[in-house]
Amino acid sequence: MLGYIFKRALLIIPALFFVSMISFSMAYLAPGDPAEILLMSPEGSPSPEAIDAFRVRMGLDQPIYVQYLRWLEKVLHGDLGYSYMSERPVADAITNSFKATLKLSLVSMIVSIVLSIPLGILAAIKHNTIIDDLCRLGALIGVSIPNFWQAFLLILLFSVHLDWLPVAGYGGGDLEHMILPAITLGTSSAAVTTRLMRSSLLEALSQDYIITARAKGLPERIVIGKHALKNALIPVVTMLGLNLGFLLNGAVVTEWVFGWPGIGDLVVDSIYQRDFTMIQGSILFIAVIFVTLNLLVDISYTYLNPRIRYESVD
Amino acid sequence: MIQLEISDLRVLFPTDDGLVKATNGVDLQIEESENLGLIGESGSGKTVLGMAILRLLPKDVRVTGEVRFNGQDLLTLREEEMRRVRGKEIVMILQNPSSALNPAFTIGNQIEEVLRIHEGLDARSARERVVELLKRVKITDASRRAKDYPHQYSGGMKERAMIAMALASDPALIIADEPTKGLDVTVKREILNMLKEVTERKSMLFITHDLAAAAEICGRIAVMYAGELLEIAKTEELLNDPLHPYTKGFLGALPSRGLTPIRGTCPSLIGLPAGCKFHPRCNDAMEICRMEHPPMVKRDDGRQVRCFLYA
Amino acid sequence: MRAWIKNRNILIGLSITLALIFIAAFAPQVAPHDPTEIDSKVRLQPPSKEYPFGTDHMGRCILSRIVFGSRISLLVGVAVISGSLLIGIVLGTISGYFGGLADDLIMRLVDGFLAIPSMFLALALAGTLGPGTFNLMMALIAVEWTSYARVVRGSILTVKEQEFVEAARGLGASDLYILVHHIMPNILSPIIVIATLGIGYAILAAAGLSFLGFGVQPPTPEWGSMLDDGRLFMRKAPYIMIFPGLAIMITVLAFNFLGDGLRDELDPRFRKEIPH
Repeated sequence: MLGYIFKRALLIIPALFFVSMISFSMAYLAPGDPAEILLMSPEGSPSPEAIDAFRVRMGLDQPIYVQYLRWLEKVLHGDLGYSYMSERPVADAITNSFKATLKLSLVSMIVSIVLSIPLGILAAIKHNTIIDDLCRLGALIGVSIPNFWQAFLLILLFSVHLDWLPVAGYGGGDLEHMILPAITLGTSSAAVTTRLMRSSLLEALSQDYIITARAKGLPERIVIGKHALKNALIPVVTMLGLNLGFLLNGAVVTEWVFGWPGIGDLVVDSIYQRDFTMIQGSILFIAVIFVTLNLLVDISYTYLNPRIRYESVD
Repeated sequence: MIQLEISDLRVLFPTDDGLVKATNGVDLQIEESENLGLIGESGSGKTVLGMAILRLLPKDVRVTGEVRFNGQDLLTLREEEMRRVRGKEIVMILQNPSSALNPAFTIGNQIEEVLRIHEGLDARSARERVVELLKRVKITDASRRAKDYPHQYSGGMKERAMIAMALASDPALIIADEPTKGLDVTVKREILNMLKEVTERKSMLFITHDLAAAAEICGRIAVMYAGELLEIAKTEELLNDPLHPYTKGFLGALPSRGLTPIRGTCPSLIGLPAGCKFHPRCNDAMEICRMEHPPMVKRDDGRQVRCFLYA
Repeated sequence: MRAWIKNRNILIGLSITLALIFIAAFAPQVAPHDPTEIDSKVRLQPPSKEYPFGTDHMGRCILSRIVFGSRISLLVGVAVISGSLLIGIVLGTISGYFGGLADDLIMRLVDGFLAIPSMFLALALAGTLGPGTFNLMMALIAVEWTSYARVVRGSILTVKEQEFVEAARGLGASDLYILVHHIMPNILSPIIVIATLGIGYAILAAAGLSFLGFGVQPPTPEWGSMLDDGRLFMRKAPYIMIFPGLAIMITVLAFNFLGDGLRDELDPRFRKEIPH
């Protein structure tokens, strides 16, 4: 089992290399002089002398691959650089904002699970009836609706008209401020998970062991609730990890709309301010998180599925 | 004493390609303590017949006729009543234990279920009984093995576990679907012996394409083709003096008798031939075979055959 | 083919999509007003007979802007997918066909791109390249191409195992022939499904990026940026943001219906197994 984990972990490394290259190149893709861009601060454009000095100090007169390697070395030591634009170390900004995103993601996941699992099961049991069609329609709408629009509709209803909830902000991370963004993210995620739960359960119900269970005279609730569900939940549970990744994507716009200071919000702001050091660092960071997440999903899938678990040991 | 009496059983599957007549008017009786073999090629409808008895077919499948078990027509029972029959009075051992066992639960757990639902045993007694049952089907190290998952069992062991599961609530009738398929010769023999032993005082419907296997443990054999029964006879009579041309062909195809295949292929269950279903492949086909459907004839010696040669 | 028309998803998806294409193509005829016509006298009017969807903060007719916006969205969607298909097919073919180092390199590249959550990547690229529709499309192509590369590569690998041996038996059939005659039919089905769903996703992502200000620039009417305009007037004139959002949702829904329906038809279907 450990060997399997190790092997999978090894495979990530070349990918992460490419990621680091992509992140690094952000500053160089932008029109303009990298040195000037990186030095840009709220006070305005740096002076030509400062640019020259910076260029030498950072080795920006060196060929690109050298610069890349120096950057990489720093990164591997945990130094993601200093952002002149926001006047703080990139690593600090990232860890703080990621904590906020994590909080939001957790609550969103709960919303998602509470919605999707029962609905998916319902849709599968009432296969080919109106209820099934409605659930599938709901799920389809959930993936088609732009999350920033959904956010606004929620704000319009709950904050503007009903005045039950605050419009935006962090508010110290309390529930009041978390509900609307969590619902926005949670429903999108639920849309995907509902379909998976439904198809997974339908797949399980079509297996021979379900006929065996019925042949044994077991009541239907045990046939579905025990025999089918246990097998059906395995892919859904493992996909929850991937769902987290899906949530990260949604977080970009959602956090920004709600003023939730998470990493999505950070990236958007950094891009507005052309804060490239921050952009480089946060892209790399989020990619590492994402990749680790996927690795965990893989491993948990292997672990949860008794058949594969034993096979991978041999 | 007749334990199971099937009268005019018809099973119709609605499919995108049309109505499939999986069984087409089957009449069959099984006596108490009798082992009846049901022989047929793939696609003959034999598994469907087995499943129809226990009403295990999907809801949209139409089943008509009568299936009387100890006098009571199973097809008219309410679902809860039927559930009391399944797994308790009549059990079915499904084909292919690798897919018939739930991979997510231990063997012990899956057998326990039967005991707890039908016998009302509590957890501990159920577990003890499970170990007894596993020992009965000769699974070594039974108490440890009960905690194993299906994929940890070999093919033969899985089959034995299925048998143990079937015996759990001491049913009167066992329907065994291809219990020896895919097993190698020695294991096959063990399974057959075991089945013979455990059905000493029970009746069994032994569904298979392996005539030799059926002949070993069944007193009577019914031959099925394209959804119908073509011949029913005592085993020795069938082997030594087959009546129906299909039966003769079937025997001729056995390795021990020459491996001569029957020409042609099984008809699709949608577009069945008119008249006698076997006539396109029959060397003795007559004019009438093409036009009319032969009825099942009950002879004085008790044998039954569906063929115009004997009408 | 007939079964396709019976498929409800395809029916719904196709009809809405065709309606959209019609609206986009005949936008000047369909729209009641000029989408860029500014008239401060009629700012922030609620929906009326003259302006069925109301007017925005510059007095422009929202309905007309939405109608013309369909052109942008459909164009961007199709362009992004076409570009992604091109790159994906080329790289996927090289990867699957030549194997070896090229394959390894390209697959690691794919992994690298996939390692960054798509929205972050698209945002970073669109943001760094600068505003504008072209840069927006480039950013989205960078995100989308990987799916196609994988599908093509997978198909080639499967076919390589099956047919290659026969071809090597010296029929003289060139590998190019095998590529075209055997690989093409194999990849057509999954690619049609992915592409259809991809257009929906591209439209959604493009709207999101434009909403943030990184894509299509004003005064070009784009649904996402119209939503951004509506942000400030949420209390007084919520219709400025309600209608464009609705337009986005319906459009993406159409492609999702279509893609789902196509997937049902093209995927190896679940044949009802009759036990035998």
